[in-house]
Amino acid sequence: MRFMVIVKATPESEKEGALPDPQLLAEMGKFNEELIKAGVVLAMDGLHPSSKGARVKFSGKNRTIIDGPFTEAKELVAGFWIWQVKSLEEAIEWAKRCPNPHDSDSEIEIRQVFEMEDFAPVLTEEQIQHKVTKRAELPLQTANK
Amino acid sequence: MSATDPHQALHRTIEAIWRIERARVIATLTRLTRDVGLAEDLAQEALVAALEQWPRTGVPENPGAWLTATAKRRAIDLFRRNAVAERKCEDLARDLATLEQTAPDLNSTLDDPIGDDLLRLVFISCHPILSTESRAALALRLLGGLTTAEIARAFLTPEPTIAQRIVRAKRTLAEKHVPFEVPRGAELAARVSSVLEVIYLIFNEGYSATAGEDLIRPTLCEDALRLGRILAELTPQEPEVHGLVALMEIQASRTRARTGSGGEPILLLDQNRALWDLLLVRRGLAAIDRATNILNINSSTDRSATDISPARKNAPTRGPYLLQAEIAACHARAHTPEATDWPRIVSIYTELVDLTPSPVIELNRAVAVSMANGPQAALDLVEALATDPSLDRYHLLPSVRADLLYKLGRHGEARTQFELAASLTQNTRERVLLLARAASCQERSS
Repeated sequence: MRFMVIVKATPESEKEGALPDPQLLAEMGKFNEELIKAGVVLAMDGLHPSSKGARVKFSGKNRTIIDGPFTEAKELVAGFWIWQVKSLEEAIEWAKRCPNPHDSDSEIEIRQVFEMEDFAPVLTEEQIQHKVTKRAELPLQTANK
Repeated sequence: MSATDPHQALHRTIEAIWRIERARVIATLTRLTRDVGLAEDLAQEALVAALEQWPRTGVPENPGAWLTATAKRRAIDLFRRNAVAERKCEDLARDLATLEQTAPDLNSTLDDPIGDDLLRLVFISCHPILSTESRAALALRLLGGLTTAEIARAFLTPEPTIAQRIVRAKRTLAEKHVPFEVPRGAELAARVSSVLEVIYLIFNEGYSATAGEDLIRPTLCEDALRLGRILAELTPQEPEVHGLVALMEIQASRTRARTGSGGEPILLLDQNRALWDLLLVRRGLAAIDRATNILNINSSTDRSATDISPARKNAPTRGPYLLQAEIAACHARAHTPEATDWPRIVSIYTELVDLTPSPVIELNRAVAVSMANGPQAALDLVEALATDPSLDRYHLLPSVRADLLYKLGRHGEARTQFELAASLTQNTRERVLLLARAASCQERSS
């Protein structure tokens, strides 16, 4: 099963032009290397502070755009991995081995990724097909070269 | 008991830790004891100790080191006991000799990089002295962290059979004194392909389940992929390892599209490409790039090291897994079946036939030719293959031939070939399909 492992932001990581401390970066690199060597990581990325992002708010038919930065840093996402493991417990064990991703107190959230089978009870076959068709209309990125 | 039962929760945690640490503990202990079977027993004892102690003491800060240290202590105890016992048995004496040989290691190994031991464990589990089936079972057990019951379920084989297979494999390795080492020089390539063969066997067992109700058993594919990804990091300079990983990633990306809602197989060109897993496609293409980069670097160093002879200017040789991955990638890159780069697929098949001559690959090449250059060009190739006695009983030959004849409007001949194919196939569903096509030829020709 797959999990999205989310590194939450902190007030420091949200600062303009914030870059992690080199020592932490090295420790993080080592941890990532260990994950890759164990064949666990499928994808990973870090995110810029929310000042470079925006929010689209929905209310009925209305759409309101709110530019970053956003408050409540600890509710924001600073980065993520996609891991393939056998159980939530395995994902937790790996996450515990991660160095504290920030200089201050911080949090990592582990969420299971929906697989197609998970939709079966709520959606009809047709609805699932539609869902994945939409997803596949996204460009294939590196696949196109 | 409820899911929140603290004992059960801890048990699951220990299980997860064990899955992460197991292969490394066994690898380290194998180096110390030079006996992979004994190493596994000692590792198992360490797990039992953890299950006894951790509920009282809590999980140690570095559980991997705890497990390794505990297993090592058991090893030392065992060797001491054997040493003080009467030395009637030669084995005991040899055990002691082994301990003395490896004694300096006992203190220093804890901090050593375990990557090399893990790679040695990969090579010994997949040693060509063992049958392919034994290698697969041992690799899943020692490297994949699967229990005997899980392996038995995966291969739809009774558990005692798998247990026996593993016991015998470990005994063979001990009896033949198979060294715990990373092969060097000329031997390395052969041993790497022995490992790749095992991983691909495991993958295929999951991907095109040869028996059982499910056409695909995805967890086995995931286990094989994980082994492949681990190997790719242990031997990053081997292009074929990346080639196999690429092939598996791209094939696995189609898992959701390969069976219909009734469980029936869906062929590549009929698949709903929207169901392909883009993350795995991207990983597969990235693995192809890694393999290609290694080959390019190797060939440019070859050139600078020697003269620039014309022969060296050719693209470096791609191995069979990388070539198959390249073919899979041609399909993965095409958004629709019509967008498939068939001429490129034909040329890769040509390279593959040159490298590993096989009438089956030639038949596949002929199918690609029909897509690139039309049915007549392909039919000429297939009819030449029809004289090959090794394809006498191969139902896909008349099946492909029939399809080409049908496309050329030669319905009478097509019908005969469809019927021949139907009489040769083992698969009921396929036979029904072939007979239906034969019947439609009859309508057309009458």
